[in-house]
Amino acid sequence: MTQPLHIVVCGSIVPDPLQTLEPVSTPAGPGLKNEMMLPAVLDPWAACGLFEAANLAKQVAGSKVYLVSLGPKAKLQQVMMTVAQKFPFELVAVDGPAGGFTEAAQVAEALAGAINAIPGLDKANMLVFGGWASASRAAGATMQMLGEKLGITDQFQGVDECKVQPDGSLRILERIEGGRHQVSICQGPPIVCGWATGNLPEPPNNPQVGMMNMRAIMPALQKAKPAQVAQDGVEWVTVQLPQQRRDTRIVKDVPIEEMAQEIVEWIKK
Amino acid sequence: MHMNDQLDQTADDSLRQSMDVDIACVGFGPAMGGFLTTLARGMSDESAPLESRAMPGMPPQVICYERADDIGFGVSGVVTKARGIRATFPDFDPAQIPLTAPVKKEKVLYLLDPIGASRRPALMKMADAAIKTFKAILPYYEDYAFRLPYIPPFLEKHGGYVMSIGQFNQWVGAQLMGSGMVQIWPGTPVNKALTEDGKVVGIRLADQGVDKQGKPDACFMPGMDIKAALTVIGDGPVGPVGRQLNSELGMPEGHHQREWAVGMKMVVDLPESCTLEPGTVIHTFGYPEPEIFGFMYIYPDRVASLGIFVPSWFDNPVRTTYRYLQHWMQHPALWKHLNGGRLRSWGAKTLQEAGRRGEPLLAGDGYARIGEGSGSTNVLTGSGVDEAWTTGVQLAEGVLEILKAGKPFTRENLEAAYVARRRASWVDEESKVAERARDGFGSGFIQGMIGMALAGFTGGRIAWPGNPLRPHERIPSIEEYYRGRISPQEIEAIRADCKARGAALHDALMEKAGWPAIQLDGQLLVSHQDALLMGGKVQAPAGYADHVAFTHPEICAKCAEQTCVEVCSAQAITARAGGGVPEFDREKCVHCGGCLWNCTKANPQDPEHAVLDFRAGAGGLHSAEN
Repeated sequence: MTQPLHIVVCGSIVPDPLQTLEPVSTPAGPGLKNEMMLPAVLDPWAACGLFEAANLAKQVAGSKVYLVSLGPKAKLQQVMMTVAQKFPFELVAVDGPAGGFTEAAQVAEALAGAINAIPGLDKANMLVFGGWASASRAAGATMQMLGEKLGITDQFQGVDECKVQPDGSLRILERIEGGRHQVSICQGPPIVCGWATGNLPEPPNNPQVGMMNMRAIMPALQKAKPAQVAQDGVEWVTVQLPQQRRDTRIVKDVPIEEMAQEIVEWIKK
Repeated sequence: MHMNDQLDQTADDSLRQSMDVDIACVGFGPAMGGFLTTLARGMSDESAPLESRAMPGMPPQVICYERADDIGFGVSGVVTKARGIRATFPDFDPAQIPLTAPVKKEKVLYLLDPIGASRRPALMKMADAAIKTFKAILPYYEDYAFRLPYIPPFLEKHGGYVMSIGQFNQWVGAQLMGSGMVQIWPGTPVNKALTEDGKVVGIRLADQGVDKQGKPDACFMPGMDIKAALTVIGDGPVGPVGRQLNSELGMPEGHHQREWAVGMKMVVDLPESCTLEPGTVIHTFGYPEPEIFGFMYIYPDRVASLGIFVPSWFDNPVRTTYRYLQHWMQHPALWKHLNGGRLRSWGAKTLQEAGRRGEPLLAGDGYARIGEGSGSTNVLTGSGVDEAWTTGVQLAEGVLEILKAGKPFTRENLEAAYVARRRASWVDEESKVAERARDGFGSGFIQGMIGMALAGFTGGRIAWPGNPLRPHERIPSIEEYYRGRISPQEIEAIRADCKARGAALHDALMEKAGWPAIQLDGQLLVSHQDALLMGGKVQAPAGYADHVAFTHPEICAKCAEQTCVEVCSAQAITARAGGGVPEFDREKCVHCGGCLWNCTKANPQDPEHAVLDFRAGAGGLHSAEN
């Protein structure tokens, strides 16, 4: 029989993906221009892991979802006003920068500390979820380091599916080259999953869930401890955005194949 | 047919959940900010604890639902005296809020037409000629602009602030959520108010997991019913809940909402060469068309908020705000500050400019109205945020009084506790002065300006007479509007060409009328679609129904103007190639609501309204800098 799962999702905030980002130098190191004014969303990669966690928790009775977020408290509060209506979870907030200019090992250290401090966490039945990469910290190394710090050796990256089988084992699909998946069967928790996009749509907002979650989220934000993740030992040599070129053309009723062909021609130019 | 019938998205109520709260609030803007801030403070008073009736043992449960995806989205930059805001925050420090500065300098510029395409009445042409003749000796003339040597006191904002309402809303919202006394949920459109025998008993949220037509689809979840003893409606000028109540419960005798404007603006990183200091306020009139008013407010760190208002009395059936904005920015008196600048943020919204005449029933059994949708915007002083905030504060003071007395939220109790406060305040006193101030614009631009001056200087006792008309009575045909400038044959040829291409008419008609094509620079002069992407970051979540509905498609298919296409701030409503009912793309809509009040076809069942409906919908702008 499957034991209740304790699913810990690590995910923080990133600037809303359509925002115009401009790196600037600040007295505290590199940052983004107007960072505190930029609208933020839950990191889309981690959000996929969170949706999958909620789905798994629904399937395995007695399971619980924790969201461990390292980010500036004020912005976390704002993003939680959107995320908290989706499904029940418990927030563990860690106060610190989330702009991307942090070092993966320091972030992993802070997250491991926060996870280890969760009271009543059943580490034997723990699934640690997060983004395979991140929209701001795209090194793709944080989850692996976090797993190592937590002593979890079964790690999966680029995950699109994680199912609990009747015998309690876990069937996991990881992305590999050529648009295919590698299928792994794991005896059971604890594991680390760095999620790709998963297969689930964003759940609808449920006001009752929101009200229930928010009663615990506000105290969690007030209790958030500061994390030292962008202080010493890291030197940024250069910071730059990818080059971009924008050509806008409005078309109607153009077949997808024709659009794709035009984009190919545009890239070739 | 009641609007309420139209708004029932799904008939299947078996899956619909229900929740009880004490106070349900619709829309988070300045009015709701004032309401919730004052209410939360009152509820935190430990000397007089209040208890929830919906959840006994708990403090009153107060929930606010906001359509936009965040609480600072979809609003605008303003200049405000901030009287009400400072009364709430006596130690208000503008440095605490990004993009806020005290007003330092105010200028009003009359812009001449440097291009020769503007449609100016004869008297204005004579004035322009006189200004140009004597420009060498006129101390107030520069760069095709005449600076008014005197700003009437009713227009002055000295002692106030320029501020981004997006940032202000975020600042207020963060404090409110931090208080733990109220909850604000963005990304949650409210479909309608729940009414029973003329009483409002709560609200129904929009269905999720539906297709464009509102039919159940993947992840279907019917909108939850939120039952509340009091429903507070602050959903703005085009909010569906406020308009539903106007339609269902009626407006007070003689009141109507026929005067509007679309405000479109940009937030711009100014070039290094710009010397305007933070707190500078520039207002303009006269160009690109006489009826179009403009503003430029300078924030700290070389950032400006600027834009134009296209009012309802500007009777151009092809009234494209975006194109006019681009011509306005390039006026020499403004372009000298802007050339080399970069677009940071862009957006548009409707203003309800009927003011006191557009005031609905402010309170009834189980509900109260606050903010712009309640007619609080003052069209004479050009001020709305402070008034909206103050109406929210007044309601909260009344609500606390009612809660403490243990009384029910009846019409009588709300009128005594809220409406009476509003009637006794500066908001109401000044709204009386402004009530007829703009009536003259129905007769012409010059009559309108004279009417404003008369009303302003006589405390509203004298005004230019006029009677605001409904769009179908007011907006002429394209042929009539361009008479003497573009022949009917040329208009027909342009119409046929645009119809075949599924294109709007405005660019072709404006260029035929002499407006030069816009030379895009990719920085500040960008295509309309790039403004959506670069400035507005417009998006819409999946799973919601289309919120713009063509209620009488047979009328829309034959409509010769299709003003909804021409006015659409975001090119979300577009002409159908080959003709027919316009198309709507929810993912581009910025929820300005301009389509609602520009439709030129009367609804056969209710001529006060048109054949386009603007319903509850999710998404829109994703910029908090506006």
